[in-house]
Amino acid sequence: MAISAFTSAGSLGVQTEHQTLSTTDMTSTQLPQVHEPRNPGMALDLDWVSSVQVNTSAVERRCATLPGRRSVKKEYQAAWMLKAITMIDLTTLSGDDTEGRVRRLCAKARAPVNPSLMDDLGMAPITTGAVCVYHDMIETAVDALKGTGIPVAAVSTGFPAGLSPLHLRVQEITESVAAGAAEIDIVISRRHVLTGNWQALYDEMRLFRRACGDAHVKAILATGELGSLRNVARASLVCMMAGADFIKTSTGKESVNATLPVSLVMIRAIRDYYERTGFRVGYKPAGGISKAKDAVTYLSLIKDELGDHWLQPHLFRFGASSLLGDIERQLEHFTTGRYSANHRHAMG
Amino acid sequence: MTVQDIFDSMDYGPAPENASEALAWLVDRGDHFGHFINGAWTSPTEGCDSKNPATGEILATLSQATQSDVDAAVLAASKAQPKWAKTSGHERAKFLYAIARLVQKHSRLFAVLETLDNGKPIRESRDIDIPLVARHFYYHAGMAQLQHSELPDREALGVCGQIIPWNFPLLMLAWKIAPAIAMGNTVVLKPAEYTSLTALLFAEICQEAGLPKGVVNIVTGDGATGEMIVSHPDIDKIAFTGSTSVGRKIREATAGSGKALTLELGGKSPYIVFEDADIDSAIEGLVDAIWFNQGQVCCAGSRLLVQEGIADRFYTKLRARMDGLRLGNPMDKCIDVGAIVDETQLSTITRLVDAHGSEGDVYHAKCDLPDSGFYYRPTLITGLHPAATLMQEEIFGPVLVGTTFRTPAEAIEVANNTRYGLAASVWSENLNLALEIAPKLVAGVVWVNGTNMFDAAAGFGGTRESGFGREGGWEGLTAYTKPIDQGKKLSQLSRVAAPKDPSPAGTLDRTAKMYIGGKQSRPDSGYSDAIWSPKGKLLGHVGQGSRKDIRNAVEAAHKAKAWGKTTGHLRAQILYYIAENLSARADEFADRIDDMLGKRSGDKEVEAAISRLFTYGAWADKYDGQAHGVPIRGIALAMKQPVGVIGTLCADEAPLLGLISAMAPAIAMGNTCVLATSQAYPLSATDFYQVLDTSDVPAGVVNIVTGDHADLGKTMADHLDIDAVWSFSSSDVSADIERRSAGSLKRTWVNNGIARDWIKDGEGRTFLEHATEIKNIWIPYGE
Repeated sequence: MAISAFTSAGSLGVQTEHQTLSTTDMTSTQLPQVHEPRNPGMALDLDWVSSVQVNTSAVERRCATLPGRRSVKKEYQAAWMLKAITMIDLTTLSGDDTEGRVRRLCAKARAPVNPSLMDDLGMAPITTGAVCVYHDMIETAVDALKGTGIPVAAVSTGFPAGLSPLHLRVQEITESVAAGAAEIDIVISRRHVLTGNWQALYDEMRLFRRACGDAHVKAILATGELGSLRNVARASLVCMMAGADFIKTSTGKESVNATLPVSLVMIRAIRDYYERTGFRVGYKPAGGISKAKDAVTYLSLIKDELGDHWLQPHLFRFGASSLLGDIERQLEHFTTGRYSANHRHAMG
Repeated sequence: MTVQDIFDSMDYGPAPENASEALAWLVDRGDHFGHFINGAWTSPTEGCDSKNPATGEILATLSQATQSDVDAAVLAASKAQPKWAKTSGHERAKFLYAIARLVQKHSRLFAVLETLDNGKPIRESRDIDIPLVARHFYYHAGMAQLQHSELPDREALGVCGQIIPWNFPLLMLAWKIAPAIAMGNTVVLKPAEYTSLTALLFAEICQEAGLPKGVVNIVTGDGATGEMIVSHPDIDKIAFTGSTSVGRKIREATAGSGKALTLELGGKSPYIVFEDADIDSAIEGLVDAIWFNQGQVCCAGSRLLVQEGIADRFYTKLRARMDGLRLGNPMDKCIDVGAIVDETQLSTITRLVDAHGSEGDVYHAKCDLPDSGFYYRPTLITGLHPAATLMQEEIFGPVLVGTTFRTPAEAIEVANNTRYGLAASVWSENLNLALEIAPKLVAGVVWVNGTNMFDAAAGFGGTRESGFGREGGWEGLTAYTKPIDQGKKLSQLSRVAAPKDPSPAGTLDRTAKMYIGGKQSRPDSGYSDAIWSPKGKLLGHVGQGSRKDIRNAVEAAHKAKAWGKTTGHLRAQILYYIAENLSARADEFADRIDDMLGKRSGDKEVEAAISRLFTYGAWADKYDGQAHGVPIRGIALAMKQPVGVIGTLCADEAPLLGLISAMAPAIAMGNTCVLATSQAYPLSATDFYQVLDTSDVPAGVVNIVTGDHADLGKTMADHLDIDAVWSFSSSDVSADIERRSAGSLKRTWVNNGIARDWIKDGEGRTFLEHATEIKNIWIPYGE
């Protein structure tokens, strides 16, 4: 797979100087639902990391004007909202999660939209992108989703703070993978970013990646705790260099979670990484996205900054729990012309 | 397309804005408009069609104003003006506030009408133009409220003739009308013939707001109507925004008429990207710089200067970004680039790129063009050198031209290598670098890590051939007010004629020379004239200054421009030191004045001159800039910078005080100057260079030339490397200076034959305003 990845990079005419890292210790096996050469990572390139600049005001201006520049209406809006559903990591991360709660969520993931509504829309069935749970709920979720192809994602490594002993964090990954998680959402040590210890961040991420094996790894940066957008950009790069399959904004537990400016900075880092290495890394904003309109804005940001290729569940996910409900109501409004109500849609 | 198809393709679909309300508004008015004069509509007459450039369809027919229409409008404005100026500031503020509110209430109608008429994307009309219009009226409602307390020494100019362009039809109207009527002026405004519709809707708003009749008059028509306004004898001020060539004609046409004038003209604004910039943001900034309003923006960042080491990568990323731009029907809410305003403009752009693009590498964005309407693809031309035609000529379309630079010093050099001086952008994450570069760029507005930011609180306007005057902010009010108390007529003073029977000179011959570059020099002409006292005594000889002496003096003044970078504290010390040295020789200077004038006023004049030097010694470090409260997280610094080289024809009647009254504010603010002495009584000035020599004034900062004012003034006004010309001469030269200055569009300040009391009224802020340029530097910040 690594070879075909190099070929595809070469054919795109992008720089390949960063691809010389041996990937022997990194598996690059694809999961069945993913049709993308997996990012093998590369040697830590501190020159690149330290050359990254982010101008906060300019980033904010771009994000502020985006909703005014891009608008999708009617059937386009409906289609975009349906696409958004296929990218949702339907999530429950509560202390009071039970098997029953998780099975209910999985049922919603299998059939996120009322089938009659899907008929009205002329759409084939869809599912959410994944179901995301804590370790103890993995087996339940895997069982509930059997035969659907919907992957189970597990948050890991001492989520959300990531401050438990390193060997236990690695062990947690191993056990989650063993329990059947196809995707592991790890949290990085924010202190490595805040102290500029990029080598430590890189080493930690590589360790996590290796522990994941064939499971895909999403690196949660906890951007609300990194102090600056420049740090967000640099941490994004370091995690990609260390082999992250996805970079993700937040645990959902920080006081500030996914925002458009943070997203813009992270996806620009993804674009830079792709331009230089030829590997596409996925992006997952999490926390705070609860409106259909916001989801559409996110998709247009991805489309404009990264291109259509990223508008697929294997490269883009929403970490969200209440977004689906709003989309369902908007879809019903589209088909009936009447504003909908929560109770008309099955709970997850 | 089915939902399933779109789900698979993830295309953007059409997102049309609804035009029906705006079209209904046109139909309700018969699709045919008259002029708005004295609060009422005239019957529609023949004129041109207003077209939708996106489709070519005719929206309405406008009336072509005739001379009698213009006369009627000016008459209405003249009649209304005295009463409007006497209306209290608070009353005027209420009208401006009402207009602001009405613009907001009708914002969608304004936005849709603007886009239909002009072709700019509805996003821009809706999110940028119209909100800024409302903002301008709110801001200037406040200025009307504060006028009495904050500008007690100034009053309205009278009737303002305002001619605006088609690129920001309603916004330019707001920039012109809001400050004018806030200060008590009345206006006759002519919108561009392509884009008059929102101005006509604005006229209705004025009616709705109950604005007194005649305060705002709007006449439609083409350039011929504009000429009628420019040449109308009862108009006191002309404000023009548009092309440099028309601006130059207006300068010539108004020369000597006593009309105040502000010109906001073309540009070729540099967009400088240093290697430590946030590259992606700098690229996104270009979308707002050159692809905003299809690049039909006077301050568009149209000249890209990229540091050599990052240029290739930058261009690659930029081309990719260009391909992502969506071009299409401006009424679509999902496009970035709309239609070019009309066919003529489109062919101008096409012709310029076709003829000169091959001097570099041309890249057209790979976006689809609509089947009909006037469109031009976003275009990048790289590999150009400063000498290339497209690096110098304004294209006024979505075409970006680019070159590279090696060092910050070279960036400044390339950036300033232009006839224009309107705006500039600097991209760097290094604060030291950005704040070093910004003041050195020849431009009225500089954006650090940003572009095309506008606000009513910050002045906008340029230098060089981009025009003069500022719109917005406190600085913009000087363009719509004048000092109260205009002086009396000034009669020409001539030299004392040689007596029939000259008595022999008693003392040793003293030869007065020119003073150029810190050295005394003989006149290039080789001729001298005798200066006689009224009592028939030969006082000395002065050289006949010629154009070559002016040339040499201007060269010396340019060499001394480091003066502009000295501290105000240093300049203050030197001004005080000049005063000290003059004081030591006060009696001698007083006697000289008495001898020349045959009066006993010499000691009073010398005393006033010493005080004046102290005044500007005081001001040198106190004429502060401002930090404008603009609505961004950041600041707009209004920095007061020297104008450059100022040529002055000094007052004849006050041989020493007149010279010092011009020299002191100029050098206090960091300018260098070329002073043509009192023509009638030149010897005080030539005595004075000895004082300069002993006062640590660097060579070339002050240059003194004697000679004929008409001759010297002509050379100064014609000179392309003098930045401003002032005339306090008693000779009738004002008109000639204004007319000739049109060549380089330099600033002028002439007396129009009006006398000034140099002792009582020869110093203060007016002098300082003329000795400075205000540069607004926008600095957004945030980590």
